[in-house]
Amino acid sequence: MIKVLTVDDSRTMRDMLRLALAGGGFTVIQAVDGEHGLEVLNESGADVIITDINMPKLDGFGFIERVREDAAYRATPILVLTTESDPAKKVRAREAGATGWIVKPFHPEKLLDVIRKVAA
Amino acid sequence: MNQPANIGASERRELTSFWTGEQEYCVDIMSVREIRGWSAATPLPQSPNYMRGVINLRGAVLPIMDLAERLDLPPTQPSERSVIIVVQVGERLVGLLVDAVSDILSITPDQIQPTPDVGCDQSKAFIRGLITIDDRMVSEIAVERLLPDLEGLAA
Amino acid sequence: MDELEEIKITFFQECDELLGDLESGLLSIDAGDTEPELVNAVFRAVHSVKGGAGAFGLEALVRFAHVFETLLDNIRGGKTALRPDLVKLLLRAADVLADHVAAAKLGGEGDAASTTAMVEELETWISGGPAPSPPALPADLQPNEDGIVFKPVTLTLPEVDEGPREEVWTITFQPMDELYAKANEAGLLIREIERLGKIDVELLDDALPIFDNLDPETAHFAWKVRLRTDVPEEKIREVFEFVEGHCSTTIVREASPPVLVEADAGPDIAAIIAAAQAANMEAEPAFTPLKVDVAAVESQPPVALAPAAPVAQVAQPASLRSPQPPQGEKVNQATIRVDPERIDKLIDLVGELVINQAMLAQRVAGHGFAASSDVGRGLDELEQLTRDIQDSVMAIRAQPVKSVFQRMPRLVREIAGQTGKQVRLVTDGENTEVDKTVIERISEPITHMLRNAIDHGLETPEERVAAGKPTEGTVRLAALHRGGRIVIEVGDDGKGINRPRVRQIAIDRGLIAADAQLTDEEVDNLIFLPGFSTASTVSDISGRGVGMDVVRKSVQGLGGRISISSRPGFGSTFTLSLPLTLAVLDGMVIDVAGQTLVVPLTAIVESLRPAAAEVKKLGAQGGVLAVRDAYVPLVDIGRVLGFQTTEIDPAEGVVLLVDSEVGGRAALVADSIHGQRQVVIKSLESNYQQVPGIAAATILGDGRVALILDVDALVAMRKREPLRMPEPSIQAAE
Repeated sequence: MIKVLTVDDSRTMRDMLRLALAGGGFTVIQAVDGEHGLEVLNESGADVIITDINMPKLDGFGFIERVREDAAYRATPILVLTTESDPAKKVRAREAGATGWIVKPFHPEKLLDVIRKVAA
Repeated sequence: MNQPANIGASERRELTSFWTGEQEYCVDIMSVREIRGWSAATPLPQSPNYMRGVINLRGAVLPIMDLAERLDLPPTQPSERSVIIVVQVGERLVGLLVDAVSDILSITPDQIQPTPDVGCDQSKAFIRGLITIDDRMVSEIAVERLLPDLEGLAA
Repeated sequence: MDELEEIKITFFQECDELLGDLESGLLSIDAGDTEPELVNAVFRAVHSVKGGAGAFGLEALVRFAHVFETLLDNIRGGKTALRPDLVKLLLRAADVLADHVAAAKLGGEGDAASTTAMVEELETWISGGPAPSPPALPADLQPNEDGIVFKPVTLTLPEVDEGPREEVWTITFQPMDELYAKANEAGLLIREIERLGKIDVELLDDALPIFDNLDPETAHFAWKVRLRTDVPEEKIREVFEFVEGHCSTTIVREASPPVLVEADAGPDIAAIIAAAQAANMEAEPAFTPLKVDVAAVESQPPVALAPAAPVAQVAQPASLRSPQPPQGEKVNQATIRVDPERIDKLIDLVGELVINQAMLAQRVAGHGFAASSDVGRGLDELEQLTRDIQDSVMAIRAQPVKSVFQRMPRLVREIAGQTGKQVRLVTDGENTEVDKTVIERISEPITHMLRNAIDHGLETPEERVAAGKPTEGTVRLAALHRGGRIVIEVGDDGKGINRPRVRQIAIDRGLIAADAQLTDEEVDNLIFLPGFSTASTVSDISGRGVGMDVVRKSVQGLGGRISISSRPGFGSTFTLSLPLTLAVLDGMVIDVAGQTLVVPLTAIVESLRPAAAEVKKLGAQGGVLAVRDAYVPLVDIGRVLGFQTTEIDPAEGVVLLVDSEVGGRAALVADSIHGQRQVVIKSLESNYQQVPGIAAATILGDGRVALILDVDALVAMRKREPLRMPEPSIQAAE
């Protein structure tokens, strides 16, 4: 089963992601900020990563950059959660190493769509 | 036991009937939580005559009211055979001390008459109506009217 | 419950926390903390509220949060500088946001008028600050950088409403190196195109160098895909949305639908990939294996398109560099969430355990086992164990009063606004812990005390200046443990109680005699008398004016006490004292007129068996006890409660010396003492009502109900003349 790591400081958003992902048959693991995300990744690994941008301790950009530094995760699709369609954020996310993005609020179908787009 | 008060067209109600002060009364079965035997109550200071005190009902404190005394009849002399009918009024539980439980009645509205005035205030205040069954007269008690006015009694 | 509904509940809980963080962050900034992370945290709080609200379609909330967030974003980005008046505005905006959340919780929307006003103020700051600034922007939102006005998104995707018409497109794309660095994959892109219609794929490998020069990390291939589909061009473009800039793409509509080579029902991606791979293999000829880092190759989407496996790779990765090496335990994940009902149930069960253990002890003792026997000692251990369990379980439910204190700053702001006073709230001891049963009940008394302090205690700014005080009044809210109880103090530095006026009002209302001799302290506490206050300050909590007498009554209902002390010109302090828990009590079990009563241990100073010589009569009905150097009034419990008409001779019975807050010292007379025990408190009010002189009830080892004495009330009853004569029927029939 494909394991998805969701990193977001909002409990609500983590729950929403979990709900949407469960519908697609994914296994979900969660982290509450960038720092925690790195720890969890270390411990459990992940096949796909979805991360928020605004988080305490280590934000989304920093988190993605760190993840990409590790060869093992260079091929792992990373999606960022953005509000609206903020192009500056998207560019920055891509520069950091993000594979794609999901605009929130998201429809569960769309989320699964996007994941499918970037994950085999 | 938990038949709704209004069923279809017939509007039958069920009531638990009992004896106290040598008269027969009844209460709506929907308000009866349980029936148990008498046990000695811990008296409450400065409370009305008809409040006998409180007993332990599985960990909760249940006030016991002598129904006869509440109705201005001579006080009950509780014995081993006395009965406490635990009724629920709103969020509260109260135990009514009575002599004996008799029956479960099933009646239709036509069997109830309003209470005639016999010059006794208390009776009319607490009794919702008179029920005729064969040659018995059973007075229905409105339990919600039994509890003392909570604001007024606090010293 | 519907899962989404559950998440909604989570969302509102989270909102409460976020709003709390928002307020405390702003208050810290207001107090002068310039830590930049604070502004970030404040921004994130509003951002998160907006995010979740959007997910649930709470449009009014989203709209307001967006404006608020925009201003905060400007501040954290340095575009707008923080100033005291701006911070005050932000605090008020936080209040409005909280209102919106509260309204959304009930399924409604926040007040439009106050929202519009607030939005205007916020936008003034967004566009450069107040005073000389362009006219206020309309309540509509600013367009974002794209020139797109943010619209709350509904959960359905917009439908493309062009009439479907099949066309053929030629798509060529050539990924650049960076594409692979983001874990995008050509194979996936092709697969996405395939979902749009029928395709025919051609690999363009002209650019492929010989293997010697092959760099696995760069891109060498391009693809040409013919797509027959009826979807509009945008949808095709969408496939490449993530790789824009990392891939050169052309999408060309064919003039007329050409004949597409349809080899079979659907193109076989695997076959195409295999073909591509085969093509790569042909480029092998005489090659010398490159020294390639195997790990790198495996984790790169290889230039030779291997079946798209890398994504599924869950290698045991080398440890990622993280800011701190991960510890064994996650420090911030130390809590677990527990359903409060389960704890309540646990506490009930433990309470039953305590009762049962007491009953067992009693029966065993009744069978003649000595305390020193092994049975006796076993029971002692059992009792100790039970106590420990009870303490531990109660500790689970103990919470810091912080949750109650947190609501107060906003309340203070509102009352200050309503009364035209300037107020600063200082809190102390918010980590003081108290059982959940008490926490829920202290909020209202505190609210009334605060209201009283600000409304009546504090002077207007002008008055304060005239008195040489700072214009801003200070109200101090503190919580502490004292004498086995929790004490809450609300103090102000206002004008104190106007004693002559209070005295006069009491006389006018017939509450005291015109010539009554009262100490200053007694005059201060007249405000608690029923009927004292007829002030109709509308309390938005209860919607009606509340006098301090009502507050005192409700505090007493909790087994608490409330009093006030004052220094004219300097201020007043309310003191509220409550038991630590409404669930358990350490008590002394006594016998009075054949009744078993329990006296709270915290009220007892000492217990004595007086000598006859120490008992003195005073006046017609009273008596005092000589205790060392003082005379202490005697209070016959049985008579005051009406259990009997005669009094116990103190020399024959036992005396409990108590300290009551209202009446000073008193000597309670009982028949005998049974012992000390921890008892589980059972409410009288839940099924009956408050009984004078009685705080609550408990269930003893023999299963009988025993009443718990309210010492203060008892002493007060004794003081009240004339004594009510007991009614004979209180002698209950056994």
